[in-house]
Formats: sequence, structure tokens, C-alpha cells
Amino acid sequence: MDKPLLSMKGISKYFNGIKVLDSVDFTLNKGEVHALMGGNGAGKSTLMKILTGVYQADEGEIYIEGNKVTIKDANDAKNNYISMIFQEFSLIPSLTVAENIFLAREPKNAIGILNDKKSIARTREILKEMEIDINPKDIVGDLGVGYWQMTEIAKALSHETKILIMDEPTSSLTEKETDVLFKIINKLKKKGISIIYISHRMDEIFRICDKITILRDGKKVATEQCNQIDMETVIQHIVGDDLDKSFEWKERYYSTEGTPVLEVKNLTSNSKVKDISFQLYSGEILGIAGLMGSGRSELARAIFGIDPINKGEIYIKGKKHTIKSPSDAVNAGIALIPEDRRLQGLILDYSVKENTILPILSKLKKGIFIDHRKANMITEKFVKRLNIKTDHIFKTAKLLSGGNQQKIVLAKWLANDPEILILDEPTIGVDIGAKTEIIDIIRELADSGKSIIVISSELQELLAVSDRILVIHEGRNVKELKRKEIHSEEVLQHAIQGH
Amino acid sequence: MLSKDIKFNEQDQLQNNLSPSKRSMAFDWRNYIVYIAFIGVLIYFSVTLYDDGFLSTSNLLNIARQTAMISIMGVAMTFVISTGEIDLSVGSITALSSLTAALALQAGFGLIGGLAAGLGTGLLVGLVNGFLVTKIAIPSFLVTLGMMEAVKGLAMWITNTAPVPIVHSTFNYLFGSGDIGPIPILLIWTVVITVIGHILLKKTAFGRQTLATGGNEIAAKYTGIKTNRIKFIVFLVSGLMAGFAGLLYAGRMHSGRFTFGEGDELSVIAAVILGGTSLFGGVGTVIGTVFGSIMIGTINNGLIIMGLDVSQQMIIKGLIIILAVAFGRKTLKK
Repeated sequence: MDKPLLSMKGISKYFNGIKVLDSVDFTLNKGEVHALMGGNGAGKSTLMKILTGVYQADEGEIYIEGNKVTIKDANDAKNNYISMIFQEFSLIPSLTVAENIFLAREPKNAIGILNDKKSIARTREILKEMEIDINPKDIVGDLGVGYWQMTEIAKALSHETKILIMDEPTSSLTEKETDVLFKIINKLKKKGISIIYISHRMDEIFRICDKITILRDGKKVATEQCNQIDMETVIQHIVGDDLDKSFEWKERYYSTEGTPVLEVKNLTSNSKVKDISFQLYSGEILGIAGLMGSGRSELARAIFGIDPINKGEIYIKGKKHTIKSPSDAVNAGIALIPEDRRLQGLILDYSVKENTILPILSKLKKGIFIDHRKANMITEKFVKRLNIKTDHIFKTAKLLSGGNQQKIVLAKWLANDPEILILDEPTIGVDIGAKTEIIDIIRELADSGKSIIVISSELQELLAVSDRILVIHEGRNVKELKRKEIHSEEVLQHAIQGH
Repeated sequence: MLSKDIKFNEQDQLQNNLSPSKRSMAFDWRNYIVYIAFIGVLIYFSVTLYDDGFLSTSNLLNIARQTAMISIMGVAMTFVISTGEIDLSVGSITALSSLTAALALQAGFGLIGGLAAGLGTGLLVGLVNGFLVTKIAIPSFLVTLGMMEAVKGLAMWITNTAPVPIVHSTFNYLFGSGDIGPIPILLIWTVVITVIGHILLKKTAFGRQTLATGGNEIAAKYTGIKTNRIKFIVFLVSGLMAGFAGLLYAGRMHSGRFTFGEGDELSVIAAVILGGTSLFGGVGTVIGTVFGSIMIGTINNGLIIMGLDVSQQMIIKGLIIILAVAFGRKTLKK
């Protein structure tokens, strides 16, 4: 019998005593495209990081072509012919395609002079084999995002590769670029290269993959041939049936009569948003669901004045507003709590207090100085109200946990008393306790009359908190569901997949 | 942060409409701004100052002599700036090494001794810079700003601000004052260092990895480049070249003085940026730097011939630098 190319057996991994992978088995055959699926935190990334040597498994073994191997770092992975295409690109924008592909292993002659002709010729060969139309001498930074990915694949293939891991490879690609990528995947498959394909997009998986393995809560729940499983079953496996009690939905009452607080009409931005319209009422929580790259974050960016708006109008309390910059948005009473709090939401070296009062400094002036008594009072108030766990308000933000940092970001914007709050992935990287607290805070805010938009890739969270859910697919709003009409996570999953 | 994102998106859209191969063929004059500006300056002075002998061989060779030190330090600075770092200590290093070289010669250590003292001084300061930046992780701006002061102080202190004369005629001939036939030795040094620097940056793995370090340090690390080692080396080289420039000042003026190289760090950085090297790293050109340096020298020379006083020269020079960088800013943005 033929031995599988890769076999991971009984892989377990603990983080701070919590089991994130529970004796997972994973087998990959030669020339196979194998989808790895599961919700956020199911363990897909951890498993792949073990395979590429970023983490080490606490239990379990890895076999390649029947031989046991240890993969301790990126070099070990390379020596075992494993390459990964990263979601965040790992190229040097100022160098050419060929220079990037051969970086740190440039062909050179006896006295150390580079042989660029050779690397360009070799690059041209690889690109031709993949049928990609890129000039090896093009500067990577001048190319579109789609071509970056192609360059990454070419880089992986420039050394011998048997296993290629792709993590959400299509999230930043256009439809046409996705087609090109799939053509390349088919070609690689014919050459006998095996691909592990991580994605949330069902259509793609059914289009390109031979097998599917589904993880849930760190355990493998199924491995099936693609043609012997349907989407229904896959969704069931991903979702499971044990709904977390803390994420239960509570029906809330608010009035949808009169003028909406925010009305977006036919909004088209210069990035991904296409012709989106919706209304948001006072005291309402509107969830926005969509796949990664569907345009859900871009919608927030457009409303908040970060991405220029090409077409469409924004009305606030029935009055038309032109929002050209974040400061316009803030003046119109909108607050955006961005996805990456460490990068966009907080100044980590500042204290809890300094972060909190940052947007309201002009309101805290006493003459030309800051009224510190008032500032301290306001900060104390929010620390109490949001239950921020900190020794004192002068503690540096970076010393607090993820959940508490997120609460500071909330405090920061609440201090400014906005009418409309947009939260992008409010609980990402936050522990479960803080998650429930944040969900409760969102509900309280809505009860107090604020209008809230929650963008999230965690369906449980969306279902727990939203009164209404807008589903975005490829930049358009394809569906609007009342929470009351959604009876299971499956319904929402279907909508997100565009069915 | 945010505005950068927007620009990125705009660029994306623009470029998605073009086929990739077409794009790279397009001629972008902004990449050649330093050469265009240089030719412009040259033509302007040639016409207006023709009768004053601007184009005479002796004047042109004079420009070569005056710019040699800036060009040579600029070659090394191109590497430093390409990694995304900066070295403000070069001006002070030239002063100190001119003095250590002069003292060694005076003490009778001979040509080799003087050379070793001058170059060793530069190398040592470069070593300290590199160590503090890569091992202690202090930003290079602060490290070299501090070293600029400290080294300058050292230069004033070792001779109690007194100049040290150099009577060693071979030293003076080789490093600054001599000519081979009609060609000044300073010009020969400039050409030699430029050629070595150009080959190192564009034709060796070290140069490629230097650019990669400045282009995206994290990606470079993931690719297996020892980025800290690269940075350490560029600071060493920058110190060494500043020491060498110190020797050239000493040989040209037949003495070591603490006033040598005063303000040179700014001229050097201006030359590098004018030449098209990105202040944020990742893009670098040695040839461009040398042209930047020669252009600044030519402007200086022309303005002197025109009879402008030092204050007027400074104003015009400053404005021309800003204009040239503004027109070439595409390279800056990368």
C-alpha cells in the first residue's frame, strides 16, 4: 500500500494549560488538495503552525512518506519540502519579483558577484510553468495584490516543495485573480504537489478540493472526500450543536418608527463596497456578517471617512452629511472601534487615563491646561462602568490583558459620547469571560439609546448581540435578516456563503 | 497610518487596470531627477558663467576636489539609509580621525601608522554605533546624534582644540593634495570608492540583503537574512569611510583640525536623498548619491563665482535641495 505523503498523528497542543488541539490526526496524499475547515479558534492555524515549525506539538508525531520527522523551525520545514503562503505577505516591496524569489540564496559566482541573469531566467521559467504574466524585473510594490500572491507561490516553488499550505489565499483577490489561482493550483496538483487549503468559502472548497477535514474546538470531527459530502453536512460539522449559554440571544425592544439615526444609500467606496444601503435606528444593534475580504470592514472604513466614497449618500437623523475624513465622522457623532486595537485603537505606551481622554482633550480644558481632576473622574467612571481590571488609571495600557485593552478602546470612544458606534471584531483575541462582558456592554449601550453596528466573523457573537443582520457578499448587501427569523447558525452560514 | 492605507488602495486600483509588463516599461523621469537637475544646473552655470571660467578644466577639477569627501561618505551613507537607519556622526568622525592620523604621523609612526590611526578611529566609532543600534536597540538617530556630540568633543579635547600640522609629504600627496598628471588624487579616490560601493550594492548578496532589510525588515528576517548583522556592518563601513574622509581632509590641508567636516553629515544625507535613495529604506543608489554630491558642489562653486556671499549661497542651496527632492518624491514614498 502507498504510504501517505504526510501523516500527523495524535497531535495535541496546550496554551497556558488550555488544550487547543486534542489528538488530531491529519493525512495528506500526493497531489491532493485538502481543505482544512473550522470556525475561528477551531485549531486550524495552530495545526499548520506545528507543521511549519512555528510551534511544537506537546503530543503526537509527524510522518513524511512514512518517516518520522521533527520540525523545530522554518528551516526544518523547508528541508521536509513544506512551504506556506502567508496571509500577511512576506515580500520586500522595493525589490523586483526575481530578487524577492531568490532573496538570501541569490545565485553568484566565485568572487561573490550576483548572477542576476540566472535568477531572472529561473524566475521566468517558474512563472511560465505557472502561466503567470509577470515580468521578473517588475518591482513587487508596483504590482497589484493578486500578483503579490503569485510571487509568493513562485517563491515557494523556487525551492523543491511537496506540501504547500495556503491560508485564506483568495481573501484579497478579485474573482478573476481567484480563477487564475485555481488554474495554478490544478497545475501544481498535476505536478504531484499536495496542497493544504484553509478557507471559509464553501464554493471554493467544493470547486478545488479533493478532501475536507473539519476541526471544531481543537478536535477533528470529520475527514471526507469532497464528492461524498454536501455543504449542509459541512456546516453542521463546523457549527456543532453545543451552543454556549453565555452567547444566548436576548430579545430587545426598540422603535423602528420615525427617522433612522443613520441611513446609508447606495454607498460605493473606492475599495470593496458596492452599492450598499441600510438603515440604523436609535437603540438598535445591527450585525454585519460576511466572509473575510467580503467588504465588511471596508464598509466601516467608508462610513468613517477613511476610504473615499465614490457614490452614495449618508444621512444622519435625516440630514445629509458629507464625510470626507475620520474627523468629519467624529463630528457627526460616529465612533469606529477598529479591528486591530493594538495598531489602530490604542496608544499602548500611554496609561489607561491618557488613552481614555485622548478624544475629549478639547472638552477637558481649563484655560490652556488639562483639567486633570475632571479627567481622572471621567476615567474612573468608565473603569468602573466597563469593569476594566487595572490597579489604577495610570497603568500603561500594554500591561493589561486583551479584553481590558478592548474595554479601554470602548471607554475612549464612549467618553466622547457618540450617537453611532461601529465595532469591528470587538472580541477578537479576547478571552471568553471578557467576551461575554463586552457583549453585555454592547447591549447596555444600545438600551441607553445608542445605535450600534457590530462587524464580526464569529457568528455566535453576531447572533447573540444583533437585532438585525446585514449579510455582505463581494461588497454588496445580499440579505437582511431579522434576528427573530434566524433559527440557527446554519441559516446565517448559508447566507454568508452567498446561497 | 490611515492615510497611507488610502494611498495604497488608490495605487492598487490604478495599477490593476494596467498589465504588469506594460507598467515596468513606462519611463518615469522622477527616477532620474538628480541627473536632470544636475544637467540643468550645469547648463545654467555654463551659459551665465562662461566668461568667468566656470567650464575651465581647473574649475571643474576643483569641484571634484571639493566634493570628494562628501561623495565618499555618501557612498557609505547610501547603505546606512538603505537599511532604514541614519548616521549623524560622520562629520565629527572626520574631525577626530584627521587629528588621530596627524598625531600618529607627528609621533613618527609613519604612513601606515597614520593611516591605521585615522581609519581605526572611524571603525571604532562605527563599531560603537552599530553595537548600540543592533544589540541595545537604541534608534540610530539618537545613537549617532549622541556620538556626533561626543566624538566632536573628543576631537576638541585631545589637542585642546589646537590644529596638528602634517609634514609627511607622501601622506599629503596620497591623501588629498596630489595629482597624477592632470587628475587630482581625490578624484581617483572618489571613483574607486564609488565603483566599489556600486558593485557592492547592486551586484552582491550583501547589497541585495541591505535593500531587503530596509524594504521590509520582518519579511527579510523571515527569509533568513540576519538583518542586525547587516545593520552592524553598514555602521562599521560608514564609520570607516568617515575616517577615510578625515584622512583626505588632513592630507588636503596638511593638518588635523577639529573643525573639519563640520556640518558634513547634513550635506552627505542631502546628497544621498537627492540621488534617489529612500529615506525610509529599501531603495538605494550609489551612483545617484555621487551625482547628488557633485550637484551640491557645483551649485556651491557656481554661486561663489557669481559672487554671492555665504548666506545667499546657503539660502539658494537649501531651496534647490527641497525642490529636487519634492520633484523626485515618488522614490521617497516607496
